[in-house]
Amino acid sequence: MTDAADTLREPIAPRRGYWAQALRRFLSHRPAVAGLAFLLLMAAATIIGPQFLPYGYDDQDFDLIGSPGAMSQSHWLGSDELGRDALTRLLYGGRVSLAVGLAGALIATTLGTIIGALAGFYRGIVDSLLMRFTDVMLSIPPLPLVLLLSGLLRPSVPLLIAIIGALIWMGTARLVRSQFLALREREFVEAARALGAGGPRLILRHILPNAVGPITVAATLAVGSSILLESALSFLGFGVQPPVPTWGNLLNTATPWLSQAPWLAIPPGLCIFGTVLATNFVGDGLRDAMEPRG
Amino acid sequence: MNAGHVLRRLLGAIPLLFGISLILFAVIHLAPGGPLDVYADNPSVSPEALEEIKQAYGLDRPLPVQYALWLKSMLLGNWGYSIRTGRPVVEEIRDRLGPTLELGGLAMAVSLVLALPLGVISAARRHSTLDHLLTFLSFAGISIPVFWLALLLQLLFSIALGWLPSAGYETIGSGSFGDRLAHIAMPAAVLSLATIASWSRYIRSGMVEVLNEDYIRTAYAKGRRELGVIIHHALRNALIPAVTIIALDLASIISGAVITETVFAWPGVGRLFIESMDGRDYPVLMGLMMMGSLAIVLANILADLTYALLDPRIRYD
Repeated sequence: MTDAADTLREPIAPRRGYWAQALRRFLSHRPAVAGLAFLLLMAAATIIGPQFLPYGYDDQDFDLIGSPGAMSQSHWLGSDELGRDALTRLLYGGRVSLAVGLAGALIATTLGTIIGALAGFYRGIVDSLLMRFTDVMLSIPPLPLVLLLSGLLRPSVPLLIAIIGALIWMGTARLVRSQFLALREREFVEAARALGAGGPRLILRHILPNAVGPITVAATLAVGSSILLESALSFLGFGVQPPVPTWGNLLNTATPWLSQAPWLAIPPGLCIFGTVLATNFVGDGLRDAMEPRG
Repeated sequence: MNAGHVLRRLLGAIPLLFGISLILFAVIHLAPGGPLDVYADNPSVSPEALEEIKQAYGLDRPLPVQYALWLKSMLLGNWGYSIRTGRPVVEEIRDRLGPTLELGGLAMAVSLVLALPLGVISAARRHSTLDHLLTFLSFAGISIPVFWLALLLQLLFSIALGWLPSAGYETIGSGSFGDRLAHIAMPAAVLSLATIASWSRYIRSGMVEVLNEDYIRTAYAKGRRELGVIIHHALRNALIPAVTIIALDLASIISGAVITETVFAWPGVGRLFIESMDGRDYPVLMGLMMMGSLAIVLANILADLTYALLDPRIRYD
């Protein structure tokens, strides 16, 4: 009798959990694994790299002021027109660009999830109001709007992150809303409701965990978009202001010297390109891993 | 689809545009500083004169009043006057719209001509080496920063090879067809790359979906060749998922390609936007943003109507 009860408590067949399966699928997606490795390498280089270099990001070599310096033993990637080491600025710039990308995506995902969850769960007037607002935000040309805000406010880095996050949440909101609209009708939600669970508990404990996959994918892709957005803003001179370097404003200062010193313009762009490409591959891998057949 | 439905959609756009204008107006006017800041420190402009300029432009009135006045004149077709040049906003924009439409139109035409066959080939030869290559290239196309791509092209074709002019609309005094083609080539290439990448992905996934349908197998069973099946049976349905993104990209032409126009000194609407930003030219900025938003709203409606045309199963009522 006890034996039978024990067997019943055991799973019938050894079954891999959702996360183990997802991990296995992710690891078999080669571009995604390569992308993840690249991102980790890039993060490590920008975080610990500068400590191994003898210069600060605004240290000037006064013998080199006036025009960009060529690549040399002491300056591997050359120096800019103010005599600052290009490799050092590239690594410090990466810190800022990666931080803006991650934080901007985090804000956008949080905002989008909250708005989408409220709209999809409560429906009715809440849904109408929030979705009309989302429609409005989606109807304004995105790059000009970001330029307008950051150009008028001349933001610090944290404010810039907030602006980027506040302008790219709409896709996530629509996605989360559609997930919630479908999930709220499922039996397990009905069961939880019958047991007396209220709105916040249903949203946070029962529905949201089931929407984690698509949200993670959207968040990953948002990292790439906010890095691109920040670099475009800084390239146009409306983003992060010098002397703080970012990959975007390094390209801005390299542009006038394009014909004399092309070595200043290539590395920052290559870093943006590689990082965004890597996040897009990781996002693709996560989609395959977390949303099978979906 | 009927006239009533079209009318309903157009009426539905009115509150949307109202909301857009409210947000834009708030963003532009609540920001610190203003178009008259440049005069504030200018010793030759007296405080009285400054006050007069403020009154002339209505900048001394409360914001809700300014908004109401702006909305009223906007609806009457008067988009205000540029603070920098004093000319009507409509004229300022009209002068720049030509080059922008030329550049955007060429880029979109190139995109469509290339994205369509690339997407179709990718789908028809799914999981082949060619498909994997095209997939990788389209990921690269949507990940590359446009301004960097623009700089690389300038570096290669203008500085290293000397084949193409690095910037500008035409050579002053020349302006022959060949000269203008040489000027538009690089900006158009830069603009079209990202759209080719994204459109071909949508067309590919639409095509993959359709090629798995039973009616496609039927067409093959009846002896149609692959090309015939793709063109006559599959293509129309395969394009449906791409309609919205293509419509939105087409609409985005009208707000100008801010980055590309800046790098290549293209005298279009995107440049006008940056120039107006530098001068805090509120009326021009407001006019440009409203025009761009209007295009997006209309493109969304047009995309929905096109759905119904392409797929008779879709009914709006």
